[in-house]
Amino acid sequence: MMDLLEVRGLSKSFGGVRAVDNVSFAVDTGIYSVIGPNGAGKTTLFNLITGLYSPSEGSVCVGGVDIVGTAPHAMARLGIARTFQNLQICMNMSALENVMVGAHLRLNRNIIWSHLRLPGLRRRDRELRHEAAEMMRFVGLGDYVDAAASALPYGALKRLEIARALAVKPRIVFLDEPAAGLNPTETLKIDEQIRKVADSGVTVVLVEHDMKMVMNLSDRILVLDSGKKLAEGTAQEVRSSREVIAAYLGTRS
Amino acid sequence: MKRSHYLGLYVIIAIAALLPFVLPNDFYRDLATRMALNAVIVLGLNLLVGYAGQVSLGHAGFVGIGAYATGILTSQFGWNGVVAMGAGACLAGIIALVAARPIFALKGNYLAMATLGLGIIISMILANENKITGGPDGMPVPELVLFGIRCAGASTWYWVVMVVLVLSIWASLNLIDSPFGRALRALHGSEIAAQVVGVDIGRYKLAIFVLAAAYASLMGSLTAHYVGYISPDIAGFQHSIELVTMVVVGGMASVYGSVVGAVLLTMLPQALTAFEGWDTAVTGLVLMLTMIFLPRGLVPSLAQRLAKLRRGG
Amino acid sequence: MTTGAIYALSAIGFTLIFNASKIVNFAQGEFIMLGGMLTFFFLQIELPLAWAVLLAILLPAVIGTLIQRFAIDLAKGADDVVLVIITIGAATFIRGIIKVWLGKNAHSLPPLLDNAPIEVFGASILPQSLCILAITAVLVVALWYLFGRTMTGKAMLATSFNRTVAQLVGINTGGVQVASFAASAALGALGGVLITPIALTAYDVGIMLGLKAFVAAVVGGLGNGRGAIIGGLLVGISEAMVSGYISSAYKDAIPFILILAILFFKPSGIFGAKSAERV
Repeated sequence: MMDLLEVRGLSKSFGGVRAVDNVSFAVDTGIYSVIGPNGAGKTTLFNLITGLYSPSEGSVCVGGVDIVGTAPHAMARLGIARTFQNLQICMNMSALENVMVGAHLRLNRNIIWSHLRLPGLRRRDRELRHEAAEMMRFVGLGDYVDAAASALPYGALKRLEIARALAVKPRIVFLDEPAAGLNPTETLKIDEQIRKVADSGVTVVLVEHDMKMVMNLSDRILVLDSGKKLAEGTAQEVRSSREVIAAYLGTRS
Repeated sequence: MKRSHYLGLYVIIAIAALLPFVLPNDFYRDLATRMALNAVIVLGLNLLVGYAGQVSLGHAGFVGIGAYATGILTSQFGWNGVVAMGAGACLAGIIALVAARPIFALKGNYLAMATLGLGIIISMILANENKITGGPDGMPVPELVLFGIRCAGASTWYWVVMVVLVLSIWASLNLIDSPFGRALRALHGSEIAAQVVGVDIGRYKLAIFVLAAAYASLMGSLTAHYVGYISPDIAGFQHSIELVTMVVVGGMASVYGSVVGAVLLTMLPQALTAFEGWDTAVTGLVLMLTMIFLPRGLVPSLAQRLAKLRRGG
Repeated sequence: MTTGAIYALSAIGFTLIFNASKIVNFAQGEFIMLGGMLTFFFLQIELPLAWAVLLAILLPAVIGTLIQRFAIDLAKGADDVVLVIITIGAATFIRGIIKVWLGKNAHSLPPLLDNAPIEVFGASILPQSLCILAITAVLVVALWYLFGRTMTGKAMLATSFNRTVAQLVGINTGGVQVASFAASAALGALGGVLITPIALTAYDVGIMLGLKAFVAAVVGGLGNGRGAIIGGLLVGISEAMVSGYISSAYKDAIPFILILAILFFKPSGIFGAKSAERV
């Protein structure tokens, strides 16, 4: 049986630099983490899979369909959602609306009809408001349901992005450094959220630097170094892999 | 949407209904009509500039297309007024459609320049094609018969334009609050975020550009019939700047701001008749000062102030 | 060709400002206008030509500085849209003041040299044109030297790439920005002074001239000095050719058709660099 996400031979060169070099892996359910030292190509890998960059070689199959070449905005329709390391929140809208916008594809977006206040549309919108509020509560942002996005602290914004990603009702969600910039308390909260997301049936792929979190959370881990796959396996396997230790700590001379 | 957002609409309806009884003479009624005409153009432009965040310095070009389409089709080809207006809007829409794809691939300054260029080319064509358009001196425009109503006289025109204004405000409020409107605002907030939730930003920018062009064109047509005379200036750079000033002063991304901006800036030249020739300088000054001190425009800044007061801040 | 040189001068002005602060100064055209109009004014009040020209170049430089200090600095960190509109507002304001102060009429200035055209390779050129080309050439070389070789020039470039880093390295970014506006205004004014004996000047020539100069800058690649010059010449020559061979009515449209063409096919201009947004 085929896995939800199958990456085969994915490579990307920027000029002379091979940022991602022949990476292959597969994820079906649960939490899959991608780790590696700085510059290992983790975010590039993410951007390749989610369509922000186009690969020099290789394929990315979601549900058996090769998605290489799909425009970034077509990803949501395929059930793929993601968050961003540098946060892409629409500060000009309320927190709730940021989440509501995640449901974009599930609503009537016709420009002509939108000029009228049809009762059907209004009802649907009201329902969406409730749904979005629920989602905010799910990620622990219940207190901010009526707030403007600009009023939320950094840690909350990271969770808001997750809520938005969930509003897409994705099959698989890509989290780009969800714990970056968070203090230990916030990191624990994010940890919880990610577990909840995976438990609800959405496959989670994440890139992270926080080792403790990764080791605790992940079902399987992929270790990248200089764009190449260094090791793959469970937390235990990866922790005891000699190549990984060498890459992170340097070999003894 | 919160009920309070539509409150402003009711206020405007009330004002529009009562105004004729308060105004002393036809001159003021004319002024009010012009304000309303401008307001609808600005509503469309604000959707583009304020909500979608795309600078457009050539918008008057579309107003000109509407004006001249009606003018030429009704006077030289004897077309029915409403059909001519529709044709004008279609033409404006098509031009917007064709020009949009390459234009919106650009950002910031380049976008401004491209729209500027478009507007100027349109106004030049209008000025140069003497045989059809009457050249730089302009041409007269016949009377409009709108669904059986003869649009003549300040009174009829006032009501016609006010109805159009009220409908436009209502429609705009609806649009902003719809999923389409949310996508538009998201696009402005973060194009990447919008894409990631499935918004095809290219198509949305195109759609709103065409919409704004159509609004402008229809109002251009109405203005042409109302004034009875048009000249290429209506599509000129100066006019484009005035429109953008209205958006900016009234408030970007604000429906009521559009109305306020249009009202204030249509009134400005009148208020300055005592200081002959100063209108250019004052427009420039107003533009600069507003952008420096109230970058979000009057209505949003006031709303912010009020919200702070209410919170006890 | 001559007009091309003028466009080139102003295009360099745009480049300067853009390089120092990533702003497009829509008031550039008004500086050109000021050069011509102010010289006319000073001549009217009986100042000797040399003084008139000098003041007509210095004053816009001062005005440029004021614009930078008050308008741009105050609106720190604002959207692109806002800054663009501020410069447009400044331009409109300047135009408005001149309209009221010096009237709407067109004026001319006496040329620097004799008025009789010279025969060169079968075409007749006005001595004024030669003057313009010569001066432009000198300036171009000077600017190339400035940006490429001197610390000041490099400082300006550094500021435009990353203000914070430039400040950390000790560059006076505020000063650089002010200087760029002043220099750009002076260049524009100089262009205005030079072109007025050939084409007239009036309160509203700024719009067209400024826009065309901007086109020149973009065609050559915004931010690229060499490009600005080539762009200016290209625009000037295209205009002349269209005017001569096709129809002079649409002469003014050419720069805009050009810019639309460039923006559609190669937005970074002939020599420009691409920029990307990191996610």
